[in-house]
Amino acid sequence: MSALLSVRDLGMRFGGLLAVDGVSFDVNSGQVVSIIGPNGAGKTTVFNCISGFYRPTSGQVSLLGKTISGLPGHKVARHGLVRTFQNVRLFRTMTVVENLLVAQHSRVDTNLLTGMLKTRAYRAKEAAAMERAGFWLDQVGLREVANREAGNLAYGQQRRLEIARCMVTGPRLVMLDEPAAGLNPNETRELDELILLLRAEHDVSVLLIEHDMKLVMEISDHIVVIDQGRPLAEGTAAEIRNNPDVIKAYLGES
Amino acid sequence: MPGQLKGALFSAAVMLVLAVPILGIQITTEGSSVSLVGELHYAFIAAGLVFVFKLLERPLSTLLGMTHAANLLPSADRMATYRPAILTVLIVLAFIWPFTASRGAVDVATLALIYVMLGLGLNIVVGFAGLLDLGYVAFYAVGAYSYALLTEYFGLSFWISLPIGAGLAALFGFVLGFPVLRLRGDYLAIVTLGFGEIIRLLLNNWDELTGGPDGIGNIPKPTLFGLEFTRTAKADGNIPFHEFFGLEYSGTYRVIFLYLLALLLVLFTLFVINRLIRMPVGRAWEALREDEIASRSLGLNPTNIKLSAFTLGASFGGMAGCFFAARQGFINPESFTFIESAIVLAIVVLGGMGSQIGVILAALALTVLPELARQFEEYRMLVFGLVMVLMMIWRPQGLLPSKRPRMELPT
Amino acid sequence: MSENGLQFVQQIINGLTLGSIYALIAIGYTMVYGIIGMINFAHGEIYMISAYVGLIVITGLSMMGIEYMPVVLIITLTMAMLITSAYGWSVERVAYRPLRGSPRLVPLISAIGMSIFLQNYVQLAQGARNIALPPLISGGWRFGDAAGFQVYLSYMQVMIALATTAAMVGLTLFIGRSRLGRACRACSEDRGMANLLGIDTDRVIALTFVIGAALAAVAGVLVGLYYGVVNPFMGFIAGLKAFTAAVLGGIGSVPGAMLGGIVLGLTESFTSAYLSTEYKDVVSFGLLVLILLFRPTGLLGKPDVEKV
Repeated sequence: MSALLSVRDLGMRFGGLLAVDGVSFDVNSGQVVSIIGPNGAGKTTVFNCISGFYRPTSGQVSLLGKTISGLPGHKVARHGLVRTFQNVRLFRTMTVVENLLVAQHSRVDTNLLTGMLKTRAYRAKEAAAMERAGFWLDQVGLREVANREAGNLAYGQQRRLEIARCMVTGPRLVMLDEPAAGLNPNETRELDELILLLRAEHDVSVLLIEHDMKLVMEISDHIVVIDQGRPLAEGTAAEIRNNPDVIKAYLGES
Repeated sequence: MPGQLKGALFSAAVMLVLAVPILGIQITTEGSSVSLVGELHYAFIAAGLVFVFKLLERPLSTLLGMTHAANLLPSADRMATYRPAILTVLIVLAFIWPFTASRGAVDVATLALIYVMLGLGLNIVVGFAGLLDLGYVAFYAVGAYSYALLTEYFGLSFWISLPIGAGLAALFGFVLGFPVLRLRGDYLAIVTLGFGEIIRLLLNNWDELTGGPDGIGNIPKPTLFGLEFTRTAKADGNIPFHEFFGLEYSGTYRVIFLYLLALLLVLFTLFVINRLIRMPVGRAWEALREDEIASRSLGLNPTNIKLSAFTLGASFGGMAGCFFAARQGFINPESFTFIESAIVLAIVVLGGMGSQIGVILAALALTVLPELARQFEEYRMLVFGLVMVLMMIWRPQGLLPSKRPRMELPT
Repeated sequence: MSENGLQFVQQIINGLTLGSIYALIAIGYTMVYGIIGMINFAHGEIYMISAYVGLIVITGLSMMGIEYMPVVLIITLTMAMLITSAYGWSVERVAYRPLRGSPRLVPLISAIGMSIFLQNYVQLAQGARNIALPPLISGGWRFGDAAGFQVYLSYMQVMIALATTAAMVGLTLFIGRSRLGRACRACSEDRGMANLLGIDTDRVIALTFVIGAALAAVAGVLVGLYYGVVNPFMGFIAGLKAFTAAVLGGIGSVPGAMLGGIVLGLTESFTSAYLSTEYKDVVSFGLLVLILLFRPTGLLGKPDVEKV
């Protein structure tokens, strides 16, 4: 089985600082994979390299066999790889449903002329986009706040909206950067269920950065540990839990 | 209070240092000899004003905060129900008005409508897409010279030149924007500023084509389905408007016709922009302005989306330029200086970025007021500059801020 | 040397003179950009105001009967630097400081408003006309073929070179050695961090505006003396050119601004000599666009990494 996402020997250098060095791992279709590591280990840098916000200085990233490293962020997204951000980045002054409509920009009719004339095909595509938005609002339980400004939502709702905004693009792989940060135990459990639902019913794989070890251990099929930009260990939850290096470098600290 | 007093005194002292040399001392030249004349009272007046202003600043700003424009205007919801009716009435009035007004007033109103067009066009770029374009006048110039040259060299009519001029301006916008729009916002501002200057310099120096500083004259006025508004028809076999309808010749017909034409162009502009902001591209503009990084992560191509705003804005500038050339009958590079860009920007800023009704009112105010108070004309740009600074400090969202209309999901 | 060779030397002299002026103004742009990441659009007007202040001081001194050149020059430069610094400080205070933390477009527009305001303020106070300045330093050296083309190096040009060098050395020492200079560098690295470490960043920002204005004052006075004429519009184009110089050298970098100024000055002087005087501005702005496209970090700038 060929991997959905394959990261090979990824390296990122900022001036004299080698932030990421020799990181490799795979995400197979239908898997939930977590990247863990102490603060400043380079996890988010790995994310930025994969999602096209940084151009990695070495190594290769490919999605379904196609090389995506070096592509700009919006092209990576169009290949079916979308992400959330460590500190939620919603379009705060736009309404919840418009956040989901914008996310479908590459799926709707953006031709200026057909839009100006409101052709039938244009209206059909707009209606379909609205329907998808409605569907995902139902999935994350935000339908009743659909027409409110995104910036006014509670923090947990914002986190869910950001995930829905990813899903509405119809991705193959969703990358979540610390989705549980700042959530209460109840909300974390809901997030846990949501991630499993995405995998079970919507055929997406999930790549996760997370500090909440309980969440990570519960839902991950595979865990990659990074320390100081270098890969430290990888394996299943059980393997990681018992790996002496990991315990020393990471779990031992906390 | 003593703290505030101390602050006010300090500000006044600084003002004195600033004002004494420039405002308080005047250079006079007689032949080749230069001497100074003291006008120190001006400097003291300026310092006094600053002192009073600083003392009152805090109470004043709380006062301003309380009388929020939102409280003065009827609520948006109530406006929404009557909106179509109000709009219809306003448009009908705008069509009837020129027949009751003086010729001079109609002429000024036509000029104001040109600025409305420019303001609405620049509003796409600055207000909706959040891109600061300081060389908007360049597109205005491209439109104006397009018509002037097309009619001079190829004998094309206004109605054919109008879309061509708008298209050429859009092309210029595209060619300039394509490389520049991937840069950061302030670079865009300075590059567009430079571009505006380049266009003006080219117009000034390319004598063979543009007539240089002398410009191009005898630009024909628009026709109404081929009817000219001249005393006698210029083209063979044409009959002028007044003969066709069996009227006495009067220059007023032409003035009114130009006004109505400008009004139609403004309505067309409004229609197009109102469609645009409800379309995916309108949503994308706002998203990009709000958070470019998040937009990219969702597959929006920032360069293309900004380019669409820039090009569309440019095309309306070109359209306004075509009409301007036709109305004036004569153009030269003097009409296309940075000042023009600054005025249009002031209109957008004052009206409220992204607010169309605000931009329309601001354009009317900023063109009509100086006409009414001609004796203060030399203070016009001074006031515009000041207004831009003060608006950014107190009401960066403009006098009449508004939100893009939202798509709603029934809940 | 052949006539062509002499022509060439003359253009280098003219280009270096012009370039020194651009460099002095460009430093104001580059320092402000380095620290708050914004273009100070009013900087060109500050330079224009300094030319007026210089003119007024010189005229005032001559009315008082003080005409001994070194004294006049020193008093004029000092006064111009002081008053212009006050303008720089006030611009920051009025148009930038209240807007800290606003969306980028907001201070940009207020700065443009400030620039329009200042230009019209001077125009109203002093008139829109050109004002000619009596030459303070005249004469120079001539080289080359007495019958054919002669290279002319005026005392004024030497003066400009000297004053520019002195200002640059002073600035470099200030930034490199003094406490405040260190604070400046810290702020341009990371303003948030500098603030946490107890540096009063507001003060540092004000200081960069003041330093920029003081250097622009040197440029303004020198230009007034060199061309012998000032008007309220001289700041617009000069500001645009100096900004080009700053970008050319790498915005944010002080040595870059110096280098960029010289390169732009030379480009311009060669364009007007060998191509066309009318299009020299077009060439400069074209250069700006080209640099931004192909090397937005300029000659000496550092690439900036976007924070996600």
